[in-house]
Amino acid sequence: MQTEDTAHIEGPSAYAQAAELELRDVRKCYPGQREPAISDLSLRVPAGEVCVLVGPSGSGKTTAMRLINRMVALTSGDILLGGRSVLEREPRELRREIGYVIQQIGLFPHQTVAENIATVPHLLGWPKERVAARVEELLRLIGLDPEEMGPRYPAQLSGGQRQRVGVARALAADPPVMLMDEPFGAIDPINRGNLQDEFLGLQAKVRKTVVFVTHDIDEAIKMGDRIAILREGGVLAQYDTPKAILARPADDFVAQFVGADRGIKRLSLTTLADVRLLAPNGQGPNVQRVSARASVKDALSMLLTAHGEPLAVVDGDDRVTGLVTLSHLERLIAEEADGEESPVAVASGSSAADRDGGPPGAP
Amino acid sequence: MLTALPLDAAGPVIPNFSAHSSSCAVQNHLFCVDWVKSNWGPVLWPALRQHVLLTLVAVAIGFAISMSLALLAHRHRWAERPTLLFTTFLYTIPSLALFELLVAPIGQNVFAAEIALVSYTLLILFRNILTGLRSVPAEVMEAAEGMGMTPRQALLRVELPLALPAIVAGLRIAVVTIIALATIVYTIYNRGLGVPIHSALGEGPFKTELIAAGGMAILLALFADGLLVATQRLLTPWTRARGT
Repeated sequence: MQTEDTAHIEGPSAYAQAAELELRDVRKCYPGQREPAISDLSLRVPAGEVCVLVGPSGSGKTTAMRLINRMVALTSGDILLGGRSVLEREPRELRREIGYVIQQIGLFPHQTVAENIATVPHLLGWPKERVAARVEELLRLIGLDPEEMGPRYPAQLSGGQRQRVGVARALAADPPVMLMDEPFGAIDPINRGNLQDEFLGLQAKVRKTVVFVTHDIDEAIKMGDRIAILREGGVLAQYDTPKAILARPADDFVAQFVGADRGIKRLSLTTLADVRLLAPNGQGPNVQRVSARASVKDALSMLLTAHGEPLAVVDGDDRVTGLVTLSHLERLIAEEADGEESPVAVASGSSAADRDGGPPGAP
Repeated sequence: MLTALPLDAAGPVIPNFSAHSSSCAVQNHLFCVDWVKSNWGPVLWPALRQHVLLTLVAVAIGFAISMSLALLAHRHRWAERPTLLFTTFLYTIPSLALFELLVAPIGQNVFAAEIALVSYTLLILFRNILTGLRSVPAEVMEAAEGMGMTPRQALLRVELPLALPAIVAGLRIAVVTIIALATIVYTIYNRGLGVPIHSALGEGPFKTELIAAGGMAILLALFADGLLVATQRLLTPWTRARGT
């Protein structure tokens, strides 16, 4: 039995930065089942990136995630966290260095919000003042007032607030890696969208290495720097940036999984600020305006109902920076497709995971 | 009848339980306050203290045994069925019979009395503690494990606090049951409120003593129950924090 304060000195603060995560030929077989749940899964998540594991049920995405913090035992292969095998670590010590968020959140109902967030720092034996300061910092980070919300019990929070507290609790000891198992799955669509945006904002600040499990391809495209698509039996179908997966699905399974509307989904990944616009030519004031931060998909949708009129793209100060028309967008899309389509002919047979996915696709 | 005896009860008395000093008592009216006053010190108060002690010891030992068994059954499911069978069996034995059965091997003493009382707490406490431990939501336990709690930490910090309402519910039933049951301990061991109740019944019944001693047993049960409710409210503030 280990004592409660083993990690007192070399706590998670030993990692100032996010850590790289690597799965090497990971295999998981459950006793009594002939088919493995995970088959020879290899993937590398660079430090500070969000890797989304996505796939239909039975594809082992949650199992793969739980192998990382040893909630599930590996059958063979290895998982390296910051270059060090998780198998060398004492499981409970390892888990205190890995943030863990699950769909049902699992907040402790008998503890206040502040006590919930302080769970891992307490386990690590942090001094009281440090814990209190950290709790306050995290509550502010997730946009809750420490004075008002800290002493509340989980039953007194809304679903969205509970989810935020769950994320704050996982971040409490500043872990280098976060595991998130369908964290927004139980939230209604409108709040889910807000929570996704909030998490992306948070991630831009804290820059953790995140493994995010979902069955929703749209969520995967939105949240992921990289997406690992798993098929039944835990076989990796494709591992790449969202853009690359939408442009070049590795096979029919991936193409079907990402959906027939992948062309449109791709447009949601590019904002108007990223594309070449037509020069403004003194359009009348009745032209519809659109923010440069809007996606190409949104612009297309507006153009389809604009009766042939162009859209005026405006920057943060409401100045018109350029125009878009339907035919112009069409040209842009065709050009981009040409640029992306050519390499697929060469690479179509190879495993997508081996290809360097380049910089994360989300702007 | 000794009606000629002076009513001056303040004099040095060797307590004579059957000697009713006042006319009220002699005529066996419904309730004689002066009898209660003069017999509080020698009869009722000691009986109450013995009664409380009998109950406390029985519930404490019963709780320790039940908690151990419930923790075992919580970790190892196989332990539940035999424990339930055994404690249910104990619970079904008629109390008077059990008291008498224990006298033969153990004798007419405090051990026989406590063993009998303890055996009636086990089923109630075991069931409630186990129900409480099992009522902890699976996702809460998954979060505890995923954050790196040891099984012992999860038990002390999460499972037991969350099981507290069910545990206290069990304690309330056990305490009230044992307070009632302890009134027949007198049959094998001359202690508790059962002693004055029994002697009152032997005299006609002597109403004042019956009402006083019986009433004290009832009030004791209500008081103990209230104390447990208050304790639970103090220990489980989260159960009242609902909604915003």
